[in-house]
Amino acid sequence: MTVTQSILTILAVVAATMLTRFLPFLVFPEGKNPPAVITYLGTVLPYAVIGLLVVYCLKDAVFTAWHGLPELIAIVFIVILHKWRKNTLLSIAGGTILYMVLVQNFFA
Amino acid sequence: MKRKALKAAFPYTLPICIGFLFLGISYGFLMQSKGFSWIYPFCTSLFIFAGSMEFVTAELLVSAFNPIHAFLLALMVNARHLFYGISMLSKYRHTGLKKLYLIFGMCDESFSINCTVTPPEGVDRGWFMFFVTLLNHFYWVAGATLGGLLGYVIHFDTTGIEFVMTALFVVMFLDQWDKARDHRPALVGVGCSLLCLLVFGSSSFIVPAMALIVLSFLLGQSKLEQEAKP
Repeated sequence: MTVTQSILTILAVVAATMLTRFLPFLVFPEGKNPPAVITYLGTVLPYAVIGLLVVYCLKDAVFTAWHGLPELIAIVFIVILHKWRKNTLLSIAGGTILYMVLVQNFFA
Repeated sequence: MKRKALKAAFPYTLPICIGFLFLGISYGFLMQSKGFSWIYPFCTSLFIFAGSMEFVTAELLVSAFNPIHAFLLALMVNARHLFYGISMLSKYRHTGLKKLYLIFGMCDESFSINCTVTPPEGVDRGWFMFFVTLLNHFYWVAGATLGGLLGYVIHFDTTGIEFVMTALFVVMFLDQWDKARDHRPALVGVGCSLLCLLVFGSSSFIVPAMALIVLSFLLGQSKLEQEAKP
């Protein structure tokens, strides 16, 4: 990719990101209330989207030779660590380091 | 007024500061490992300011040039902002010009603070939310740029560092799970996504998964709302 193409790609991402942030405020300007169904989606979707993003992160791992085994081990580790210490950064750092050790040494 | 708001906002952003520096540095390292100079993580963190999408952008920048695909993917990955926006319609009201920046900088973390925290007595709500957003933005850009620069000096095998994104979402998922009384929305998200991944494959499952999730909620809405009534 050339530098111009890189800049265009980043601009496309910026434009789409800003669209998702500004659209609700453009559609429902101050003083106008959104319909009940939109408000309802606003309460349940944040939960579902995080689930979607977890699956998105694992999308390629499932179809590799190990079928996501190192990812699964690291995620189980994160769950146990997080239930135990309730420390967000420790869980993220611990899981990432374990995963790096796994893929660099045992699942290479 | 501004100083008071900054003082009130700062403590709430401290955990985010540590998290963003850590994740930002990882992101800078990742970009460096893909051969990009520190200018790239600086610009993407400043202008995109949507963590997960920046990791995805790193992937896009080393793939074939396709800005339309990049645009659509960013729409999908960031679609959750639509719902953050809907939740913040009333809170961001009457904040003047600051509103533009509040919306521009509405990342997951700024949203979660501004959505849940009531500023202390005597602190202007608009400026409080402004500084929450600004501080988080600053931490993220600082971390990403620092990571990009450190990449020149420190060399190690970065294979697997991209898992930091998965770990982040898993932890967010666990935190939400603990907070929620009803686990069905989270399960709908995972279930629909897995189903669509198996049916449509890894490169094209996001759009059908989003559609299926919204459809499931629309169909289940009356049932869930009836149960929610005491």
